[in-house]
Amino acid sequence: MSEREVLELLRENARYSTADIARMTDLEESEVEATIEELEAAGVLRGYQAVVDWDALEDERVRAEVELNVTLDRETSYGDIAERLARFPQVTSLRLVSGDYDFDMEVEGDSIREVSQFISEKVAPVPEITQTVTHYVMTSYKENGIELGDGDDDDRLSVSP
Amino acid sequence: MTLEPAQRVQAVPPSGIRRFFEIAEERDDVISLGVGEPDFSTPWAARDAAIHSLEQGRTSYTANRGMRELREAIAGYVVDRFDLAYDPDEEIIVTAGASEAVDLAFRAFVDPGDTVAIAQPSYISYEPGVIFAGGEPLPVPTREADDFRLTVGALERAGAADADALVLCYPNNPTGAVMPAADLAPIADFAREHDLTVFSDEIYAELTYEGEHTSIATFEGMRERTVVFNGFSKAYAMTGLRLGYALAPADAITAMNRVHQYGMLSAPTTAQYAALEALDSCDDDVEEMVGQYDRRRQFVLSRFEEIGMPCFEAKGAFYVFPEVPAGWTAEEFAEELLYDQGVAVVPGDVFGESGTGHLRVSYATGLGDLREALSRIEAFLEDRV
Repeated sequence: MSEREVLELLRENARYSTADIARMTDLEESEVEATIEELEAAGVLRGYQAVVDWDALEDERVRAEVELNVTLDRETSYGDIAERLARFPQVTSLRLVSGDYDFDMEVEGDSIREVSQFISEKVAPVPEITQTVTHYVMTSYKENGIELGDGDDDDRLSVSP
Repeated sequence: MTLEPAQRVQAVPPSGIRRFFEIAEERDDVISLGVGEPDFSTPWAARDAAIHSLEQGRTSYTANRGMRELREAIAGYVVDRFDLAYDPDEEIIVTAGASEAVDLAFRAFVDPGDTVAIAQPSYISYEPGVIFAGGEPLPVPTREADDFRLTVGALERAGAADADALVLCYPNNPTGAVMPAADLAPIADFAREHDLTVFSDEIYAELTYEGEHTSIATFEGMRERTVVFNGFSKAYAMTGLRLGYALAPADAITAMNRVHQYGMLSAPTTAQYAALEALDSCDDDVEEMVGQYDRRRQFVLSRFEEIGMPCFEAKGAFYVFPEVPAGWTAEEFAEELLYDQGVAVVPGDVFGESGTGHLRVSYATGLGDLREALSRIEAFLEDRV
């Protein structure tokens, strides 16, 4: 139960200190620390990353959603293909999905040229991959549950009954 | 005939909250823990339904008592959540905020000279509302030693046995106190024994963090003497949409509706559409908001304990009610804290004399601001106390 609570809070803000998590729950700080260590050891907690709005920065960051279709044979499973693709650092997420295509792959790079080269030189030539459809991300409105707009200003009266 | 205010208006002083509002508004670095409304926006589904109703041109009056569909949805909600069974045709009226419902009840049931006992500390509108209706308010102080719950002893000490009516607000603004069933039972007995009408403001019912909210109207023999107030402002973060309701037996709702139909006509139509959608599809949003408030509540209580300001364990609404250190009045402390550290809180005596020596601290504010505000309060205690 405490695992679920700690996970929820870290999902909300991975930078909450263990002291603050303890204050928000019925747990002692040492229990929070132990819970996080256990979750890390068990491979439940896989990392802590910042949610970045790249549009708010000067530097360009190119991202693409890539649909992949594959054919399997007796020796090759989805897992085999995924393992091979996931090793590339350009691939930021990779999921097997239902529907018209097999894999939903997210790719990041510094330029359209770099991302295109990666798809055409590293992904498309993989023998099991029969088709790739690349969608460049033009604008992102929400990432990891966080809206990237200006947000709602707090326009409440500063003191009210 | 000049524009001289009527005596009953002159009898009511301006709200003590106003002055703090003015000081807080002058500065731009203030973190306000003085806000009595949610920091969340209305769930998007409810806002979307309101927009859709406008697009469809649903901008006429509704039935005086509110749209029938909404009254049905309210009837379903209150019976499911609080075991309150009311007939949508005869026993429910939809109002412009629970505040209007409270005002309607005072005007419908209080005769000139009637005494209305008010459990305090409590929301600032009850006393003025009783006075505007021609009644005489009788404060019933509750004590920190009782966790600010209303007791029969408090009612007796205040002389409420001779009153005509009793106003309750639990979960409570400003203390955060709740009244579990075991504590309400003797109050219900007292009301029956002394033939009191009960006005029960349950606007914070959803914001109950330990145990379940119980309504006094569910006790035997109480339904016929109780008006229950609730609304969408707190649970659904819809304060500005102004939508509440009252539950009472048919004759009582007829009486309140008579005042309402001449005064308000009907509650805002757009808000009624938002409320209908809120009841229909926003349970998860409420659960999420309540979860957030509960975490903040525990955070704030922990921090007050760490910095050495005694604070009883508030279990409802979104307020805690710590004690100011010895040698300070609540007003001085709140004012100096605002000037020194830019943290706004509300002195407890604004909510009745029994709130003296306390501060109302609202946690309807994001955790980042709460953390910073508590650090500033800690610094203030180190510097000045």
